[in-house]
Amino acid sequence: MQYPPLRSRNAAPRDRMPVQDTIKNPYQERKLFAVRAVVAAFATFLLLALLAGRMAFLQIVNHDLFKTLSQENRVKLVAVPPPRGLIYDRNGTVLAENQPSYRLEITPSQVPDLEGTLARLARIVDIDESDRRRFYSELQRKEPFQSIPLLFNLSEDEVADFAVNRHGFPGVDIAAQLSRHYPTRGLAAHVVGYIGRINEHELSELDSKDYNGTSHIGKLGIEKYYESILHGKAGFQHVEINAQGRPLRILDQQLPVPGADLMLSLDEGLQRVAVQALGESNGAVVAIEPANGEVLALVSQPAYDPNLFVDGISYTDYSALRDDADRPLFNRALTGLYPPGSTIKPFMALAGLEYGVTQANRTMWAGPYFQLPGDSRRYRDWKPEGHGTVNLALAIMRSADVYFYDLAYRLGIQRMHDFLVRFGLGAVTGLDSSGEARGLVPSPEWKRAARGQVWFPGETISAGIGQGYMLATPLQLAAAVATLAMRGQRVQPRLLKAVRDSHSGEFKPVDHKFLGTVQLRDPIFWEQVIGPMVEVTRNPRGTAYHIGIDAPYSIAGKTGTAQVFGLAQDEKYDEEKIVKELRDHALFIAFAPADAPRIAVAVIVENGGGGGRVAAPVARQVMDYYLLNREPTLVMEAAKHADHP
Amino acid sequence: MRIILDSKQHPPTPGALIRLLRLDVTLLMALALVAALGLVVLYSAAGAELEMVERQAIRLATGFGVMLVLAQVPSTSLKAWTPWLYLSGMMLLLGVMLAGDVSKGAQRWLDIGLVRFQPAEVMKLVVPMMVAWYLEGRQLPPRHWQVWMALIVVAAPAVLIAQQPDLGTALLVSSAGLFVIFLAGVSWRLLSAIGLLGFLCAPVLWQFMHEYQRQRVMTLLNPESDPLGAGYHIIQSKIAIGSGGLYGKGWLNGTQSQLDFLPERSTDFIFAVYGEEFGFLGVILLLAIYALIVWRGLTIAARARDAYSRLLAGSLSLSFFIYFFVNIGMVSGLLPVVGVPLPLISYGGTSIVTLMAAFGMLMSMHSQERSQAR
Repeated sequence: MQYPPLRSRNAAPRDRMPVQDTIKNPYQERKLFAVRAVVAAFATFLLLALLAGRMAFLQIVNHDLFKTLSQENRVKLVAVPPPRGLIYDRNGTVLAENQPSYRLEITPSQVPDLEGTLARLARIVDIDESDRRRFYSELQRKEPFQSIPLLFNLSEDEVADFAVNRHGFPGVDIAAQLSRHYPTRGLAAHVVGYIGRINEHELSELDSKDYNGTSHIGKLGIEKYYESILHGKAGFQHVEINAQGRPLRILDQQLPVPGADLMLSLDEGLQRVAVQALGESNGAVVAIEPANGEVLALVSQPAYDPNLFVDGISYTDYSALRDDADRPLFNRALTGLYPPGSTIKPFMALAGLEYGVTQANRTMWAGPYFQLPGDSRRYRDWKPEGHGTVNLALAIMRSADVYFYDLAYRLGIQRMHDFLVRFGLGAVTGLDSSGEARGLVPSPEWKRAARGQVWFPGETISAGIGQGYMLATPLQLAAAVATLAMRGQRVQPRLLKAVRDSHSGEFKPVDHKFLGTVQLRDPIFWEQVIGPMVEVTRNPRGTAYHIGIDAPYSIAGKTGTAQVFGLAQDEKYDEEKIVKELRDHALFIAFAPADAPRIAVAVIVENGGGGGRVAAPVARQVMDYYLLNREPTLVMEAAKHADHP
Repeated sequence: MRIILDSKQHPPTPGALIRLLRLDVTLLMALALVAALGLVVLYSAAGAELEMVERQAIRLATGFGVMLVLAQVPSTSLKAWTPWLYLSGMMLLLGVMLAGDVSKGAQRWLDIGLVRFQPAEVMKLVVPMMVAWYLEGRQLPPRHWQVWMALIVVAAPAVLIAQQPDLGTALLVSSAGLFVIFLAGVSWRLLSAIGLLGFLCAPVLWQFMHEYQRQRVMTLLNPESDPLGAGYHIIQSKIAIGSGGLYGKGWLNGTQSQLDFLPERSTDFIFAVYGEEFGFLGVILLLAIYALIVWRGLTIAARARDAYSRLLAGSLSLSFFIYFFVNIGMVSGLLPVVGVPLPLISYGGTSIVTLMAAFGMLMSMHSQERSQAR
């Protein structure tokens, strides 16, 4: 709040006052106020008398009753934490569950000598410095009669060792409780996330009523995003205690409301297939059902075991994960920013058609390179000899760079930007998870604001093949290709499929969020681009011919190869890996079946080389599993013969 | 501090008020007495630990500082700034709605760089200021339509605050504004019409209430129905107060509070600790000091030199009454459990600063009165 400056003491009100006072009747007003003030004072007096009367009633009239009650007061309120909701995949496979585990708890008010007790305990069980520190910080926050956990996940031996010595430790107890377990380990780690102990900062934000008795909270992924649904509500027990404060019996209780179970749209089998298809490579796979935005697979490779985090990850485990050059903690699917490379070409083609700067039947000579008028710089095609005369279909099928250099030149950067953002590029998709990256669709405006520089015409040319400043996450590419598959209809990608209703026990599906439609001047444009995308995987001259060769359904796809300028992410420079790390990223986007799409996929294989050779087979295996319910066969022979990109 | 002698130039006010003329010092002393008493009780409620007491002392010192500063600001400046304060307050409330920090499931906090604060808290002062500013420029008593305008001035921020959701603060803010309207001399007929309207609005309000708020009202009607939840608070605090008897169990000797049966005993339910340890006599002493503060506030209001100061000072004093009345009523089981702290005694909260700011304004109006008297 601001306070007025002293200067205004002499300001306007002074010249206004006398004028008003002549119109108003200050004497009358003062009298009126006095009457009201007396009425108010009288009312407050009555209310005060009411309070005093109430106090006399409690403290004098009923004193004996309350005195007896206070002497016999042996009833305490104990919080009962709710069991956390489980997480399933779309077929009912458990991704997160609760397992019984044992922990050692101390109730400070019942411990005569805390330091000494801890020292003696340390002879029976291992207590390290971090346990001790956490215990003391919690000691400050909690009431002394509330038990505070010291150790989690005791082994059976430790439980037995303590049980034998228990009589020497008043106020120390073993408590059985449920602890979170992720049976699929790393498989869905980047989707489900994990829970961990509530930290200082989170504690200050939480409703202490609902979290009374709860020690863990969602830290990442679904566990964090849907914390409010998964957690539930704490219950209470009215417990009779003896003179030492030990509970004797439960008098009455209000059961906790368990957290609701979640069903994700994820397909655990599909997820497994995608992980296997990526093999040893670093990369990401995102598969979406185009009609409703359900995310079927979201893989970021390598992953980590979320179980390590549940009860506090050890320092060695954490530094191993953190310092791993492959960065397993980094969620490539959501936060990895890659140049989309040639996968941008179908969208460029649509932009060209929409703005009328190209037509399906327009042909041009696509030589070895493109030059801007009056500029000597050559923008080379990936194929040294060029592609000869091409139309739009051939340009997509062969991924002819020169055609798209020319198209970008005709469109100009502003129109490219305006068209690409309509597919959700350059903005978060709004997936129900945290930390998604925005990506970037460059424009002159952006460059002025972000870099303070003007836009150079040459930058438009490289943007035409998805290089330069342009960056997208695998999730954004999957969402964009899903929109393409639906001929413009946009849906927000979503991981949550259904929530279990607490009354009926049935899963209730959540609504899909439709984001409107990308309208084109003529709907035929969609087919003029999708047709050639099918040729990419079907025509012997297509850049991913090998993957469509024996497919019983039609695949519309587009390969891409992103050059690694410096590094896309801020990785450390590593002498030994330099050769591999300077290799191109392989990309592939696709959907199938082409005329009635059921799955849209984006694949990125870091430093994999050409998209057709490395990334496209991954997408094929994912689609086979989903559409044909077929486990992946060996790597297809044809892959070896495929050429760039 | 200079002491006021007398002023025969003053227009006549009820004789009783005149007799309490010298109470500028008295107001300060009364506030300091309550604050000191509060620290003593807090020490006991905190389990004889000094840490909370020290933190509370720092807050109180800040509050007294704010009061001293505001006492130097003449009410004419306050008046000139009122519409701008109101506008900024509304903007901040909208800001909270759009960009507020969700804390404990409610959007109340606004984070502006270094400071996090609750705009709703500030509105406890700004709303009565605005209503007083609006009515002051008109002939009093206000006409019908002016009253309705004033009601809108009150309702707009109240609705925003209720949305946060913070029903308790919304009601306190509205009552501060309504006091101004009442003190401005609105006809009794119109007042009863407004009262009737409020009564009719109650079912609508009920619809707007969150489940936990409805439950609190239900618990009040029958505390035994929910002995584990909110009812536990009331039962335990009644036992604490009642077992205190006439003389109390003595400082640090309250079994209810020292043996941890009493929840929230350093914050909202601190009055129960006080009642248990200091008994009926202690309670009467505290009520007397509180009443003295309200009385003094109304005196300053009656003697203020213009209608704006008069209305504002009156409303702030009555609001102070409402704070402690609601808290003590809640702790003793007369009113539902709403999160209203016991003024100047409950631990924590931005409420101390707003409260002391209000007293700063009162002091300022008091000195104005003096300068006019010469």
